[in-house]
Amino acid sequence: MDLMNTVLPYLLSGVSVGGQYALIAIGYTMVYGILRLINFAHGDVFMVAGLMMVYLSASMPLYLAAPLMVIFTVLLGFVIERVAYKPLRTAPRMSVMISAIGVSYLLQNLALYITGGLNKNYPAIPWISDQITVFGAPTKRVTLITPFLTVALVIVLVWLINHTKVGMAMRAVSRDFETAQLMGIRINNVISITFVIGSFLAAVGSMLYFSNYPGVVPTSGGMPGLKAFVAAVFGGIGSIPGAVVGAFIIGICENIIKGLDIILKSVGVLREPLELATFSDAFTFVLLIVILVFKPTGLFGEKTTDKV
Amino acid sequence: MSTILKVENATMQFGGVVAVDNLNLEVNEGEIVALIGPNGAGKTTAFNVITGVYQPTNGAVYFQGERIVENHPQGKLKKLYKGEHAGEYTHVLAPTPDHITKLGMARTFQNIRLWKSQTVFDNVLIAMHCRTHANFLAASFRFNRKEEREQRDRVAGLLETVGLYDVRNELATSLPYGKQRRLEIARALATAPRLLLLDEPAAGMNPQETQELTAFIGEIRDSFHMTVFLIEHHMDLVMDISDRIYVLDFGKLIAQGTPEEIQNNKRVIDAYLGVAEDA
Amino acid sequence: MIGTQQSRKNSLTSLILVAVMLAAVVVLDQVIKPTDSMSMLLKVLQKGSIYALAAVSMNLLNGFTGLFSLGHAGFMLIGAYTYAIFTIPSEARDVVYQYYDAAIRISFPEVLGNALGPVGTLVGVVLAVIAAGLAAAVIAWLIGLPVLRLKSDYLAIATLGFAEVVRAVFQWGKLGPVTNGSNPLKSFVRINAFQLKLGGTTISLTTFVPVLLATVCIAFIVLLVNSTYGRSFKAIRDDEVAAEAMGINLARHKMLSFCVSSFFAGVAGAGMAMVLGIAQASNFKSAMTYEILLMVVLGGIGSISGSCIGAMLFIAASEWWLRGLDSGVFLGINAPGIFRNGFRLVVFSVIIMIVVLFFRKGIMGDRELPDLLKKRPGKGAAGK
Repeated sequence: MDLMNTVLPYLLSGVSVGGQYALIAIGYTMVYGILRLINFAHGDVFMVAGLMMVYLSASMPLYLAAPLMVIFTVLLGFVIERVAYKPLRTAPRMSVMISAIGVSYLLQNLALYITGGLNKNYPAIPWISDQITVFGAPTKRVTLITPFLTVALVIVLVWLINHTKVGMAMRAVSRDFETAQLMGIRINNVISITFVIGSFLAAVGSMLYFSNYPGVVPTSGGMPGLKAFVAAVFGGIGSIPGAVVGAFIIGICENIIKGLDIILKSVGVLREPLELATFSDAFTFVLLIVILVFKPTGLFGEKTTDKV
Repeated sequence: MSTILKVENATMQFGGVVAVDNLNLEVNEGEIVALIGPNGAGKTTAFNVITGVYQPTNGAVYFQGERIVENHPQGKLKKLYKGEHAGEYTHVLAPTPDHITKLGMARTFQNIRLWKSQTVFDNVLIAMHCRTHANFLAASFRFNRKEEREQRDRVAGLLETVGLYDVRNELATSLPYGKQRRLEIARALATAPRLLLLDEPAAGMNPQETQELTAFIGEIRDSFHMTVFLIEHHMDLVMDISDRIYVLDFGKLIAQGTPEEIQNNKRVIDAYLGVAEDA
Repeated sequence: MIGTQQSRKNSLTSLILVAVMLAAVVVLDQVIKPTDSMSMLLKVLQKGSIYALAAVSMNLLNGFTGLFSLGHAGFMLIGAYTYAIFTIPSEARDVVYQYYDAAIRISFPEVLGNALGPVGTLVGVVLAVIAAGLAAAVIAWLIGLPVLRLKSDYLAIATLGFAEVVRAVFQWGKLGPVTNGSNPLKSFVRINAFQLKLGGTTISLTTFVPVLLATVCIAFIVLLVNSTYGRSFKAIRDDEVAAEAMGINLARHKMLSFCVSSFFAGVAGAGMAMVLGIAQASNFKSAMTYEILLMVVLGGIGSISGSCIGAMLFIAASEWWLRGLDSGVFLGINAPGIFRNGFRLVVFSVIIMIVVLFFRKGIMGDRELPDLLKKRPGKGAAGK
């Protein structure tokens, strides 16, 4: 009973954060599936989405600001691909990865310039930012909504990929880039659509994520971005359900670790706090290294072999 | 004449596909032996098993009388395994390719794999690294000057032999195709092997180049006292220089013998030569 | 026989050039007063040389061995902390570790200084720097065992993650007695402590020390890269399968490159602590790794002199030349509305993006400075 009461808040926020990571992770996993590129800038796109919401909502009502923000974020994702990745399509993979890091650096510095490095308060979105109580634990409504919304979006996305022409093209491209091109699939369109979907989900994710946090700073995108990427690797990069499962696992584990001192103390395992919360971020990466070493293809990934 | 290479009951299975099926062959010291067969017969896979790139699903490889590779079906393949001689091999011996090279076996690649950003000279010099005794500190502080000088002299000598000394400072990839193939052979020789494995050394060469290569391979055997085991599609070359020939089809050995025997073998003609000649 | 005479002549020329450069640094150190406007030059030289070392050590791994690793900040952190911990003098220790009971109570420069005088202090500092490198190399060996088997981008993300883990561990409260938790380490031996007293005059070695440190380390890396081991690294980068088939043990050579690179990353971390006078885990974020990577790209992946130039330009531009972009007036244009805090970095990242997209080979490509000065027989015709 006591244990349940201590664990529940962490579990709840874990599920919620997991859902938000999932929305970002899909962007990573889809881009990787098609371009074999870790889009390091994706986390920063997510941060920029948060900032845009802050600035847009200051000058217009929310019901206008939110859709506009989503549109701008999608545009940003599209432009980044066209400007920074498309010219490097035939370049070695390392160059594209470096370009992605460069974009990330640029977006962060741009954000730093515009915000002056100050914390920008995220607007309270009515209804979803309201306080509610779940099983006696106080939380925001967004915590409850996130997992459902995430799962709903993922179902729609998976349906799109399996049942539409664009989806079929995406699957073809991710299976074999060159052959797909020879078969008359417009690679550039497919890639752009991938970035558009990824950015759209990141925009939605940012709305949910930042509603839970006090504000947005230029480095806000880094950590969630990295973790979402780890989630994508954990689930098996290229696999959308994998990314979602991975994201939930990571979100939950991370939040449990945040409260591990208190939880262990309430069970009586620990006498004094061990300050384990420091490792809530690090845990994700330990998990990453472990999974990469023991099952490099992740939970749902496909095995590939090199030809000599 | 002693056996230098022996492949024993080697089977290589990828999932349900059997690429090499119960292969048995022997190469004697000083011989030139060819492995031929239609495309997709499993020749390169056999090479990859011998040189440690792949671990066979079952079977063993002996080099200079010593067992260097051995495996038996494991994991998922235990049930899937369709080959023979299961249960005969109990150990797992899986050295990496570099280990096998150090034992004295060197190879070339079907699709040329030279080090692109290196000069012709450095391509050969790097291959001598596996015979270097100096550790990285000694090498960095140039305590190995003598060894390095000897290596450089040997590289120069090797390049003279293969006729690439004049282009030693060119980038390897700027050479014409035929010379790149020669460079691959020179590089393999630089590792000081006793057995040289050539994977389609004449691929993409015109008749004249092929003829030169044929002579060249003979020279290598004679001047370096080398044993040569090669995969080739150019029948003139194979029939010209081989002491013995093995024929592979769908992963299985269908014939072996001297060039005359192979030329008159009904099965080979059906499976391979007949088709090749018509085409 | 081939090329040795040429290379001996070249190495003699480089040796003389380096000696001249070091002497010039000492002179600059005496001539430029801290109040001068040119004093920024010294700051750039100090910080730039350390970053140059960091960039070169990263280049050894990313550019020469083809292992895309992003764990550099982590190894620098380990180096910075190791150096700081072993050089904090005993009288300052309790002030630095104000919330903890310091566990490591030995200061190399102090112990040796007491025994041997000023020379002992110097030896102590050198020992602490070596310890910094060794600590980073040992950790690199441990992490390399599982991680180096991974392919390109997985390796990148695993090492990036590793750096984050290191940062968390060093900030962990329970390690406070060693690492001072999330509080900074300070009061250890800094670069301004180095002076030479000749008769009545004092010669400041503030800038000379970091430049010398970087020069010695980079010189070693140059020697390694041009040795038989360095050539093998390049072979692994160009074609791993061929390298393995030619008898190069991939695991051993990758590990060697990783450990050596990490060793010098650790030394660079120690150098950075010396220059900045502070060691704090929160400074060694992945952003630092990215910056170093961008220096390498700017200079040209696969060029050591390029990395040095890239690092110097990067530091000079971001800390000195473009400073006006942040403070209202730039090139005589007064526009405080645009030229305010952060604009410098925006302009800077745009420049970087332009280099990445349009000048992919960077300043030097994969050539070195001496290559520019002399004509290469035959090689130039090879169409690079």
